[in-house]
Formats: sequence, structure tokens, C-alpha cells
Amino acid sequence: MALINLSKKEIHCKIVYYGPGRCGKTTNLLYIYNAMNNKARGKMLTIETKGERTLFFDLLPLNLGKINGFDIRIQLYTVPGQTIYKATRKLVLRGVDGMVFVADYLKVRHEKNIESLQDLRHNLLEHNLTSGKVPIVLQFNKCDMVPTPIPTLTREELETDLNRELNTKIFEATATKGIGVFETLKEISKRTVQYVATKHLLTKSSG
Amino acid sequence: MLTTSVLEETRIQIENTLIKAGVNAVLLIDEAGNIVVACGHKTDNLDTTSLAALAAANFGATSQIAKLIGEDDFALLFHKGKKDSIHVARIGTDLILVTIFGDNVSLGLIRLRVTQLAKSIEKTFGQK
Repeated sequence: MALINLSKKEIHCKIVYYGPGRCGKTTNLLYIYNAMNNKARGKMLTIETKGERTLFFDLLPLNLGKINGFDIRIQLYTVPGQTIYKATRKLVLRGVDGMVFVADYLKVRHEKNIESLQDLRHNLLEHNLTSGKVPIVLQFNKCDMVPTPIPTLTREELETDLNRELNTKIFEATATKGIGVFETLKEISKRTVQYVATKHLLTKSSG
Repeated sequence: MLTTSVLEETRIQIENTLIKAGVNAVLLIDEAGNIVVACGHKTDNLDTTSLAALAAANFGATSQIAKLIGEDDFALLFHKGKKDSIHVARIGTDLILVTIFGDNVSLGLIRLRVTQLAKSIEKTFGQK
């Protein structure tokens, strides 16, 4: 649930990067952290295991400037992708206002992509949410792997697997090089702020 | 949505019960890790955003432990450090109160004051 502080004129939103293990959720956040200047970004917090896998979550607070006099503060979270950390993912999704589903272009991750999206749907339902209610965008990561000999999925295959029901905007990305990272962030921030404003501010003022 | 009057009233309640008792910092956060109110002389050089996110996550994680032993939830958590300690308590269904205090304040006093404070904060937020 977004937090709107009328006394400080701040809106806090929570955006969660979801997706299978090793798909590049933390890489997305790291690229954003390194590319933004100190004033706009907070401290990046990561809780990871020795193998550089996220254990609990990563957190990156960002300040996105003002809209109608309100400071927009966004907190980017990632979840641990590995199947066994289901309980942790559910916890991180608590109070989510926007989501990025990061899918992996690698052919070996075909099943994991689908499984992770199903897991997201299931966890959202447990918080009484659906992907139709909360804004979500898709990011197809590792598109630099497509021209290499490593077996990859086609964009059509990924779309059929993941976007048939979501029917949302897709961004192709290479998170390690930053391609598509800010495009994804911009779109989800826009949708999230719109969603929060419509849900909390407009309904209150009209009611 | 938090109005200025609710926040101000909560801040005064925290100042009167905990800050005056000598604690270093108090954060009132929600379950998603957002900071609702931050008070105390140590909040300026404290990374409150990270602390709030971790405290909320920690609370969530221990709730899962509670379920494993047949409890619904643990209402309070206490972490003891060499000099400073942290007391984390649930308030109502959505809020969590994080109190950071030094060894000059007793845990008993914190528990007593937090219990009193929890009731008044619940009342203030219930009226919003």
C-alpha cells in the first residue's frame, strides 16, 4: 500500500522486480543505482548469499522529483527468484504498488519463466491483489544472447508464454549494459504513480 | 493516506512516552516498510529507509517462524546489542513500532511504555 504523507507532501510507492532466479533483477537495480546521481538515489541495500544470489531482497530508494507539489519517492525491491524462497517473495510483495516481471531469454529458463509468473499470480492473490489491478510491465532480459550460439527463446515464444493474459507493455533489455533498464523503470514508475494517485488521492477528493 | 493532524498527534504521543524516557530513536512504520513517523535525536545519522525496510521484513520473517510453532504471530521482537538495542512491536494490524535505546534505559520500561503507546496510536489511527 502506498503511503501518502500530507504533512511532508510525499508519496511513497513500492515497485517490485519479480522473475525467475538469475534472470537479472538485481542487475537492473545495480545499473539504476550506478547511473543515477547521489541526490536522486538512496543507499542500495542487498541481502545476498555467498553465490551473489539475493537471499531476502534488494532495496533501492529513489527520488523522482515533484508532481503537483508532492515529492515522489519510489522504493525498488527485488525478490529472490529461486523456487525455494516462496515465503520470502510473498513477504516482499506486501504493500506492492507496481511490478516489473523480468523474464529470461535463455532457452533453459523457459519453464522457470512460466513457473515464476504463476507463482507471482498466486502470491498476489494471497494479498488480495491481481495483476489486472496492480500495474505490471514485462522485461525480456538478456536479448544480447539472441545472436550468440547459446540457445534462446524467440520474442514470440516469450510473448505467448507470458503476455497472453497480462497483455502489457514489453521491454527488451540487456541489464548488464543498461539497455532497456531505464525505459522499463520509466514506464512502471509512470503507471505506478498514476495507479496510486487514482486509487488514493482522486477517490478521496471526489468522495 | 495520512493527514497532518494524525501524524502530529502520533509524534507528540511518541515524544511524551518514549523520547522523554530517554530512548535514542523511534520509527513508526507500516508492514510494507514505509516510514510513517520518525522521532528522536539519533534519526538524523541513521539510515531510516533501510532500517524500516529491514525491520518490516524481519517482522514478516519471524511471523513465518511463529506459524511453524503454531503461533499466529510474535507481537514483539527484541534484539540486544552491546550498547544499543532494538525493540520491535506490532501496533494494530498494519503498523510496527521500532524503538532504539541505549543501556541506560531498561527493557521493562520500554515494554511498559510501548504497551501504553500502542493503545493510544491505535486509537489515533482508528479515528482518522
